[in-house]
Amino acid sequence: MGAQTTIEKLEILADAAKYDASCASSGTSKRSSLGKGGGIGSTEGMGICHAYAPDGRCISLLKVLLTNHCIFDCHYCINRKSSNVRRARFTPQEVADLTLSFYRRNYIEGLFLSSGIIKSSNHTMEQLVETARILREEHEFRGYIHLKTIPEADPQLVHLAGLYADRVSINVELPTDAGLTRLAPDKDAKQIEGAMKGVKASIRQAKDEKKRFKHAPRFAPAGQSTQMIVGADKASDADIVGKASRLYDGFGLRRVYYSAFSPIPDASAVLPLKRPPLIREHRLYQSDWLMRFYGYRASEVMQATDDDGNLPLDIDPKLAWALKFRGQFPLDVNRASKEELLRVPGLGVKAVGQILASRRHRTLRLDDVAKLTVSIAKVRPFICTADWRPLTLTDRADLRALLAPRQEQLELFAA
Amino acid sequence: MASAQPADQTHYAVKLDAPDDFAAWRDAARVLVQAGIAPDRVSWTEPGGSDDLFAEGARALPQPPANAPTPRVNKRFLSLAKNAALHSDPRRFALLYRLLWRLQQNPRMMEDKADDDVRRLTELDKSVRRDSHKMHAFVRFREVEDAAGEAHYVAWFEPDHHIVRANAGFFMRRFANMKWSILTPRGSLHWDGETMREGPPAQRGDAPEGDPVEDLWRKYYASIFNPARLKVGAMLSEMPKKYWKNLPEASLIPELVAGAQTREAQMVDAGGQNFAERPDTLAAIDKAIHSCRNCPIGEMANEAVMGEGPQDAALMIVGEQPGDQEDRLGRPFVGPAGQLLDRHMELAGIARSTAYVTNAVKHFKFAQRGKRRIHQSPTAKEIDTCRWWMESERAIVKPKLVLALGASAARAMLGKTVSITKARGEPIPLDDGSELWITAHPSYLLRLDGDARLKQEKLFDADLAAVQERLQELIP
Ligand code: SF4
Repeated sequence: MGAQTTIEKLEILADAAKYDASCASSGTSKRSSLGKGGGIGSTEGMGICHAYAPDGRCISLLKVLLTNHCIFDCHYCINRKSSNVRRARFTPQEVADLTLSFYRRNYIEGLFLSSGIIKSSNHTMEQLVETARILREEHEFRGYIHLKTIPEADPQLVHLAGLYADRVSINVELPTDAGLTRLAPDKDAKQIEGAMKGVKASIRQAKDEKKRFKHAPRFAPAGQSTQMIVGADKASDADIVGKASRLYDGFGLRRVYYSAFSPIPDASAVLPLKRPPLIREHRLYQSDWLMRFYGYRASEVMQATDDDGNLPLDIDPKLAWALKFRGQFPLDVNRASKEELLRVPGLGVKAVGQILASRRHRTLRLDDVAKLTVSIAKVRPFICTADWRPLTLTDRADLRALLAPRQEQLELFAA
Repeated sequence: MASAQPADQTHYAVKLDAPDDFAAWRDAARVLVQAGIAPDRVSWTEPGGSDDLFAEGARALPQPPANAPTPRVNKRFLSLAKNAALHSDPRRFALLYRLLWRLQQNPRMMEDKADDDVRRLTELDKSVRRDSHKMHAFVRFREVEDAAGEAHYVAWFEPDHHIVRANAGFFMRRFANMKWSILTPRGSLHWDGETMREGPPAQRGDAPEGDPVEDLWRKYYASIFNPARLKVGAMLSEMPKKYWKNLPEASLIPELVAGAQTREAQMVDAGGQNFAERPDTLAAIDKAIHSCRNCPIGEMANEAVMGEGPQDAALMIVGEQPGDQEDRLGRPFVGPAGQLLDRHMELAGIARSTAYVTNAVKHFKFAQRGKRRIHQSPTAKEIDTCRWWMESERAIVKPKLVLALGASAARAMLGKTVSITKARGEPIPLDDGSELWITAHPSYLLRLDGDARLKQEKLFDADLAAVQERLQELIP
């Protein structure tokens, strides 16, 4: 077999990375290559999606694996030792070159590098760090770098990764320890959380130092994130939301990503054959938003789940919560507090802000609210305005059916 | 110039030199407000604008009274206006002036989000921001060699609004150490690593055709896409078709979308059991079935029960599934049905210790009634799913004869449901040259009484005797 070309390796190692949901390139420090530092690249706070794949996901980073060889044997993972996939391996230099070629043509915001575990966890981690070092030190690269760290690696190496990278992530993989034990026999929940704790401490320390010394080194300015696989084990949405909230609180995570378990070629017989509905992943992201921007506690999101502990698939979690707690509605949009308004299905953070601003100038009527929202039909049963009161609408038994999007419509407007 | 109070009804036509010249608009607007010229007395034109023809009126700006106060501007208005002025809507400058005018009367007007003018301004701002954002995202440079033999990166982009100049800074900050040009129908930008130069509008043909790195990029684009998650609508809303012609990767989209279903089916197939390698030892199967959750029975949190017997047994006996006792002890056929089977095998002269005994389904399916776990038959689908494990055992043991006990076992062997009454007592040839015999399940016998039981036991004995006879022939 001849040596693989770059394009062959790229095909294999990008394909292997497609199961990872995290991709964002936002929230890091602002940087520019104009002026004294020189080099190439910038970050402006907001990440840019440079393309969209037909799966609707944005492409903002070159997302590849350094190698898909792996000494571990996690059942959900396409790269596990016992899988029959084609294998390939990049050198750090090759990945750095590829990143720069793409970056110069404005295809990407930077690099998201992860890897199968080769030789040892430390060896693998060294290779990841080396790639970032080449970019940062040899090319003065100011674009975005996200490194997926290997929890079993020496904490010193993980720390080094944070000095080069904008974001580091450590995957918790599965929502429950039992799931992890069963599906990832080589991994250890304690070790994963230990690594997260280490990163959290480094981030906090770097922030403190930055306040005191202007030139203190930056450490993962875009924070740390993690990913959980949904649907590979029997964890319910309530389990998952609970786990996510413990992770946010315990490790100061910037983001928890959910990745619907996707059928992978050469899957282990232990896994389900079918993917969970993608909408489930979507509902989890919505619940994540509720916690991060709408002031819902994890326990409240859990209240929105059905008896089986899963969020309804036909309606969003905010509506599900409101339907369960109808007693709290209707709310008077001309009087209710911001916190209350944020609970109205169909009112986003922006709409609430606009309502609060506008009502200082006028008493809002239903028409005014309609101008500020996407769908007044969804909002109407839950609010009162100067000229509108839903009467018994909130009590109707078929309210859910009335508000749930119709299936045929979805079909019609999709694609 | 003096005089008449109700007075001056002059119409003013202000001509801007460039469509994105916000500063000129601001200067003129300030004077007009100070001079008290109401919005309906001013028209604004830009070069090439269609309003040019109709905009009539005084070209010279009025002279505001010396003591006229500086117009009030709201910070938020200013930042929105600056951006909205880049919109290609010819009425934008008039809107900005109307807002500025109204702002003098009501300084807090910008807070009224339901006001039509405020909303329109917000909309303009939004679409300009979107256009800028798309420019940051969708400019694709192609590398060419310049006269000095150095790399020069050239892009072609078609913005909707007058945003090119406003976005020069972004590209300078990002590609500081490169030489690059961005060509657009609304003007061009040229950066040589040190200075920025603006150029005239360009045409698509002025930009280079391709770049070898595009093949790599396209390969990346195709590989990172997960066909199991096709969401074309989501893609289109962020990357509308009008941009596709200038994106090298977009040419792949139709085939990626068209092929997605097949690719997903392949992934699912490949992810199915047929593809994964069968475990090659009985011990490995034993380990694997304990964590198997391929069917819902596995979720009932039982122990799986592995077959047992000599690995080179000529006879393989397949039952339905472990029962309560089997599940507790982790061994097949140890409960009442197993004991019954033992007795009849002895009668037929078959030593149980020479047979490999296993089940079609590896986990115990039951319904909880208080403390008792009541046996439930597996569904056809569950049998078909679990069949894979029994097949794996068979591939290792390689029996000459398989005896299936009952309908579930028969289904596991044949992949279809057969009637025991019709199928019993006759060998059914199997693909690998071995043969299958089918008889009733001993637990069926246990449920009968009296004559019926006697009759069935006789049939069962006859079947076992035939099997024993056949085995003698098969074993040399
Ligand atoms: S019954 Fe079979 S297929 Fe189903 S979980 Fe158990 S061993 Fe796996």
